Amino acid sequence: MKIVKMKRENLSSFLEAISREAELWAPVKKGVDTHAFQVVKDFSEIDLNYTRTILPPRKILVPSRFNMFQATKTEYTPDFSHVSNKIIFGIHPCDISGLLTMDKFYSYAIEDPYYLESRKKAMILGHSCWPDEHCLCKSTNTHIVEEGYDLFFTDLKDFYLVWIGSTQGDDLIRLVPDLFEGEIADQDIQRFMQWREDRDKAYSSEINFVAMADLMELRYNDPVWAKLGEACLACGSCTNVCPTCNCYNVEDRPVLGAEHSNISRCWDACTLENYSGVAGGENFREKRADRLKLWYTHKLQAYISKYGKPACVGCGRCIATCPVDINIKTVSDSLDGANPDAFWNRLSQEVTK
Amino acid sequence: MNGTQKATKSDNPFLPEPARIVRTYPLTEDVNFFQIRIADMEKALGFSYQTGQFAMMTVLGAGEAPFSISSTPSRPGLLEFCIRKAGTVTNALFNLKENDLVGLRGPYGTGFPVDKMQGKDIIIVMGGLGAAPLRSVLLYCLDNRDQFGRVILLHGAKRPAEMLFLEEQLELKGRDDLECHLTVDSDDTGQWTEGTGVVTTLFPKLEGIDPENTFGLVCGPPIMYKFVLQEFLKLDIPKDQILMTLERRMKCGVGKCGHCAIDYIYTCLDGPVFSYWDVIHMRELI
Ligand SMILES: Cc1cc2nc3c(=O)[nH]c(=O)nc-3n(C[C@H](O)[C@H](O)[C@H](O)COP(=O)(O)OP(=O)(O)OC[C@H]3O[C@@H](n4cnc5c(N)ncnc54)[C@H](O)[C@@H]3O)c2cc1C
Ligand code: SF4
Ligand code: SF4
Ligand code: FES
Repeated sequence: MKIVKMKRENLSSFLEAISREAELWAPVKKGVDTHAFQVVKDFSEIDLNYTRTILPPRKILVPSRFNMFQATKTEYTPDFSHVSNKIIFGIHPCDISGLLTMDKFYSYAIEDPYYLESRKKAMILGHSCWPDEHCLCKSTNTHIVEEGYDLFFTDLKDFYLVWIGSTQGDDLIRLVPDLFEGEIADQDIQRFMQWREDRDKAYSSEINFVAMADLMELRYNDPVWAKLGEACLACGSCTNVCPTCNCYNVEDRPVLGAEHSNISRCWDACTLENYSGVAGGENFREKRADRLKLWYTHKLQAYISKYGKPACVGCGRCIATCPVDINIKTVSDSLDGANPDAFWNRLSQEVTK
Repeated sequence: MNGTQKATKSDNPFLPEPARIVRTYPLTEDVNFFQIRIADMEKALGFSYQTGQFAMMTVLGAGEAPFSISSTPSRPGLLEFCIRKAGTVTNALFNLKENDLVGLRGPYGTGFPVDKMQGKDIIIVMGGLGAAPLRSVLLYCLDNRDQFGRVILLHGAKRPAEMLFLEEQLELKGRDDLECHLTVDSDDTGQWTEGTGVVTTLFPKLEGIDPENTFGLVCGPPIMYKFVLQEFLKLDIPKDQILMTLERRMKCGVGKCGHCAIDYIYTCLDGPVFSYWDVIHMRELI
């Protein structure tokens, strides 16, 4: 892995050069304090001073709805129109980890070309970040990434250190080699080490991630689940925002005035009521508590046997999003026996309301 | 990059094969029998599956749903299904006629371990639509009769009119190498000559079961499992020789849509055939 240096003022020239290669996606400010990944033409729209986007970058690779087939009875024609050359700039380490988790998931047992093709054509240009009170990536050990990107930009005020993670990343640099410097002075290295140290200290929130797999098991029948279940609105928001949620539904709609049908895939959420319902009225997870348990099993426990670690990458989106504060932090704390009073008092009030 | 090309054509695990309904007729009021052949003859003959596996079937414009393969791999070419009218896809399917096209992909999931079952006695307990996957293994055992010990069928339905494959099974009763016991919860015809009572009432009829040498298979409505499993355990059949197939909501069949998740497994990949041993280790299974 090679590391080069780029002066801050060179960033827009660099973006200018690479945006000619592929569609450029980057974080853009939306509303007062929210951000979203968007296709950018005007680089002044890019706001790198963000903590987390509303939706995770998986939405760029597998949109909330896309067509899988255009089909007639005699021919099912695969539709890969959601796949195109993309450059995703400004992704944080947690979200890169989220994509690495998705890579494993979509390749496990049977390869899913609808994700993998999209992923192959997307270049990942990571960017460093600074934690806020919801960030848990240090606990999940995803605050620093060593793979999963083509380039990674660490922002050290007047310059960037740029990690080159792939030959494709190197190719981007070679488009405009004059913008980069190979020599990194000792004081630059010291600046980086200081930044790392300061950032490590900036985390104000943590969970006992390593113990959670066992705690999920040990507290499987804990009354805490019933309480959480009563409070949950079954709105599915936690699922939409989580970078490692992947569930989907399939819809088959005849196209009006045409001979064919569109078979499309759209996001689904296991916290929604009908998720596990089957014909005959049987619903294997009628209770909200059971659906939450499935969600948290996935985030905190499952996946270990197949991928070596559970799915949560500590991005904090569920914390920022759930209207009743059921999230990776409050659930972990509750299972850990910590029961933060403020949360439980509010929960009890909301449940009795 | 030509990756897309490759994936779009041959490597797309979601790509249905056009298949023709060769024959369809009602088995009961709301369950129809379907014989289906993949239109491409080579692919039809190349479609190899195990008993207990399922396929995803598309009715264009309505959607796709999982169905157990009811035929036996010992009779290749034609695939048989028995399907209950339950909602969007199945309603549309019931409106199709012989010669109409559906889409088919698969086979998916785990099958019954017929190799391990060789030389053993087999008890098959079916209720309701459980007849769909279990008919496959029953016919397989009968087609390879010398590979198995005793073959015992216990089949329960609410009423005679609701018993799937009734004629076929009444005919099978004539065979002296099959012990076939049928029962209904209640007889509203006055002409029923088989047993009455729930399916577990058939167990006392079983004599001389050698548990170590027996596989117990069950599939039926959710409520049935508990009681039948108790009977198998009472007979002392080893836990890894008690097998069942389970239903979950399924949207992909290949471990991607998430709908069939139980704990850390996916029913479509790790099931639908499970052993009683799995049930002990996974809380939500039944
Ligand atoms: C491995 C496997 C094997 C199967 N084998 C067979 C078989 O051999 N034969 C067979 O007939 N069936 C079989 N099934 C069941 C079959 O897949 C369903 O009956 C089928 O998916 C119904 O599809 P549909 O579109 O017709 O019904 P849907 O439109 O999906 O709905 C069916 C009914 O369920 C209700 N419903 C729909 N969605 C929900 C929900 N989310 N929650 C609660 N209720 C809901 C609806 O109100 C409706 O009454 C099998 C299922 C699995 C998983
Ligand atoms: S569980 Fe919450 S913190 Fe963890 S990855 Fe998902 S949204 Fe982010
Ligand atoms: S946990 Fe929160 S965000 Fe998730 S479904 Fe329940 S109320 Fe909605
Ligand atoms: S049916 Fe989609 S994951 Fe099992």
